[in-house]
Amino acid sequence: MTAKDAAARPNVEVRPVVEMTGITVDIDGTTVLHGVDLRLFPGEIHALMGGNGAGKSSLVKALSGAYRIGGGSVRISGEPVVLSGPAEAESVGVAAAFQDVDLCGNLSIAENVMIGHEERRWYGISWPATRRRAVTVLDELGLGDLDPKQAVATLPPAIQQLVAIARAMVTHPKVLVLDEPTSSLDADEVATLFRALRRLRDQGVAILFVSHFLEQVYAISDRITVLRDGYGQGEYPTRELDRAVLISKMIGKDLTELRRIGSDRRAHRADPTGTPLFRAVGVGKRGEFDSTDFEVHRGEVVGLGGLRGSGRSELGQLLAGVERADSGTFQIDGRPVGLPNPAAALRRRVAYASEDRRDGGIIEELSVRENIVLALQAIRGWARPISHAERDALVDRFVESFGIVAPGLDAPAKQLSGGNQQKVLLARWLATRPLLLVLDEPTRGIDIAAKVEIQARVAEMARDGMAVVFISSELDEVVRLSDRIAILKDRRKIGEVSNGPGLSVDTIIEMIAADEEDDA
Amino acid sequence: MSNAARTNWLRELIRKPFFWGVIAIFALLALNVLKDPNYLAITVNPVNGNLVGNVIDILRASAPILMIAVGMSLVIATGGIDLSVGSVMAVSGAVAMVFMKDAGQSGSVGVALGAIGLALLVSALLGAINGVLVAYIGLQPFISTLIMMLAGRGIAKVITEGQNTSATNDPFRWIANGFVIGLPVVFLLAIAIVIVVGLVVRRSALGLMIEAIGINPKASRMAGIKPSGLLLTVYILSAVLAGVAGIMSVGTVMTVDVSRTGYQMELDAILAVVIGGTSLAGGKFSIGGAVVGALLIATLDKTIVFLGISSSATPAFKAIVIVVLCLLQSDRVRSWFVQRRKPPQLRPESLPAKPKQEVAA
Repeated sequence: MTAKDAAARPNVEVRPVVEMTGITVDIDGTTVLHGVDLRLFPGEIHALMGGNGAGKSSLVKALSGAYRIGGGSVRISGEPVVLSGPAEAESVGVAAAFQDVDLCGNLSIAENVMIGHEERRWYGISWPATRRRAVTVLDELGLGDLDPKQAVATLPPAIQQLVAIARAMVTHPKVLVLDEPTSSLDADEVATLFRALRRLRDQGVAILFVSHFLEQVYAISDRITVLRDGYGQGEYPTRELDRAVLISKMIGKDLTELRRIGSDRRAHRADPTGTPLFRAVGVGKRGEFDSTDFEVHRGEVVGLGGLRGSGRSELGQLLAGVERADSGTFQIDGRPVGLPNPAAALRRRVAYASEDRRDGGIIEELSVRENIVLALQAIRGWARPISHAERDALVDRFVESFGIVAPGLDAPAKQLSGGNQQKVLLARWLATRPLLLVLDEPTRGIDIAAKVEIQARVAEMARDGMAVVFISSELDEVVRLSDRIAILKDRRKIGEVSNGPGLSVDTIIEMIAADEEDDA
Repeated sequence: MSNAARTNWLRELIRKPFFWGVIAIFALLALNVLKDPNYLAITVNPVNGNLVGNVIDILRASAPILMIAVGMSLVIATGGIDLSVGSVMAVSGAVAMVFMKDAGQSGSVGVALGAIGLALLVSALLGAINGVLVAYIGLQPFISTLIMMLAGRGIAKVITEGQNTSATNDPFRWIANGFVIGLPVVFLLAIAIVIVVGLVVRRSALGLMIEAIGINPKASRMAGIKPSGLLLTVYILSAVLAGVAGIMSVGTVMTVDVSRTGYQMELDAILAVVIGGTSLAGGKFSIGGAVVGALLIATLDKTIVFLGISSSATPAFKAIVIVVLCLLQSDRVRSWFVQRRKPPQLRPESLPAKPKQEVAA
């Protein structure tokens, strides 16, 4: 294995700078990493790939000292070390820049870069010396022409990200950990960042690059370690790892098995004709999703197929007015409409069920009843309250038909299980009798029985004439339920397929993998 | 069985956040009775048939606090705060007094109504400014209403030209000092307003929406609630109620002292709301709780005077009572007591969250 790796990049020394072996991490009694291995060589960019909950962030936090390692060993340059905190990690040469740029926007570039490492003299901090050192560090990243006195908040996101990296580079670490550094950057900004990363790599720094942008990983990385559900899935030279193989390792099914999870449909559905119920023309938002066209007909389920980070939720939120699109127009039944916010969308009978049940859905301290009627009440306005009789009839109907199990309908919704909360939310949106319902991960994190029930409910709603946009990170679920699948990758729509007997999860993965040429 | 039912009922009562407020009111009254066994005595004035006594005085004193506490509880439920209520009281009082002074006609009901109407209108305007700053400009409630707290005193001074302003108007005075069926008008009026506000808030969907945006603004937005209009309404309501409190407060002595009227009343209102069990983090609110809180503050104020505690020690005494009360309400402190007495009881909300079976992509 080692020899092969060395062959993959000729200038890689055989001795790894980081050797994590059999790493186990427990959080609150749940094991999130099960004996994972990770090796980083000097002068390489190493990508860490995995789906939701694969343990990427946990591994990164274990390496940077933020999480305590429960089992396994860590060697840095061959020496066994204990990473008991970020300071210890830094002292052995591991520095990290995290997902959300944790900079102080109102402080200057130099202050941000040098925070904690200011140049001290007998009289205290010497700001001129501090700034000089900041400039030296920035220069190594190709940012020597920045004014160190400028406030960070005034910089574009990519430069802010680079400033965060510069901060990590102040101590001249041997290992630089970057968790999702490109998640808020556009293509040009990514190019700027990558130039800086290649420069650091050529100086011999080992870079661990965590990202869910497939093409970026292929563009920048030398080797890839794959994680799934907290288990390591192996380490591969990037150029030898086929995209489809990588995806199948990330989602945990081999390619032949994926071919078998085909569509349940006996025949291709006749493609709907006539005016679509809902049409988006050139709808997009900078940094969220590239402008795209999108149509849904009555009674149609359109699935959004794509990997994590491909922009599934972003597109869903644009379509339902949760995020305001900065380009494009919407039509309902051929008539132009504006969808600037959820209230307007709900009044147009377009509803969005968030993937984040807790943050964007359930209002925990309100009762089950109140949670169910909330959206309908919001449409009517506070001055026209739903009467108790009407509310109870509505709530009883949904509780019965959905089989919602609750300690009581007046009990706070936080006492319900995840699956029942999901049903309560589904009831909330259906109570507004939407024409179009965008369902973002309606089956995530709920038990299998509730999952099957919700899938059946989605099919039933479409039969009753509702248009549904169905988002799920489980591609087989998307294939099973959708009439049509829009395929997303790296925050743009790369194509659409009509569902039918020939279609399998594998088809979608091939489409995502085949899209490599015109990217990055 | 019935025994168990009774303990359950008792436990429910104890868990009500304002339970300790009620206990504290009785404790303070008991303290006063220790000093003077006749403290609770209520006599009937033989001349006009009005009730007279310390308790009646407390009810009368509680009226302005009731007004601002109810307004404050709605503002706090949205996750905000209104520091300007004391100053709005001063502005409202100043407007009413100056209007009546200029109008003369000490017997005129029309003048009294004009004064009240104008005072409430000006209060509503100040509340609207608060609401716009918070809801549409996006300033923090603390800052917006702090500005209004400072500006309000200034406005009141401009209105009165810096003078303590007195006026005579019997109908206006009657609001603060009159009696109906033996009870003070001001207290009856306050209770009536509280009931009306309570009905409007709970019978319409206003209360539900206020709680929703206070608990989870993001989820509320996604459910189609537009917070701006609600916030504006709530800040205006709070200011109008403060205006009413101002009228009650200046009506007692028919003089407005712009530096004293409503002074630090915002703190009393916030305390009343907290005592009533509404979390400062926003969300669920209890108007009944705010009423208990306001009555407690009034009782506390009167007790301090009655016990002859020196005015310099007054804030400390008030602080001690309130700290003890907040400790009794604290879940953590209560669970210490519970744990001492018996093994910890598993309540549904204290059960560990179900381990999430995340399904990886």
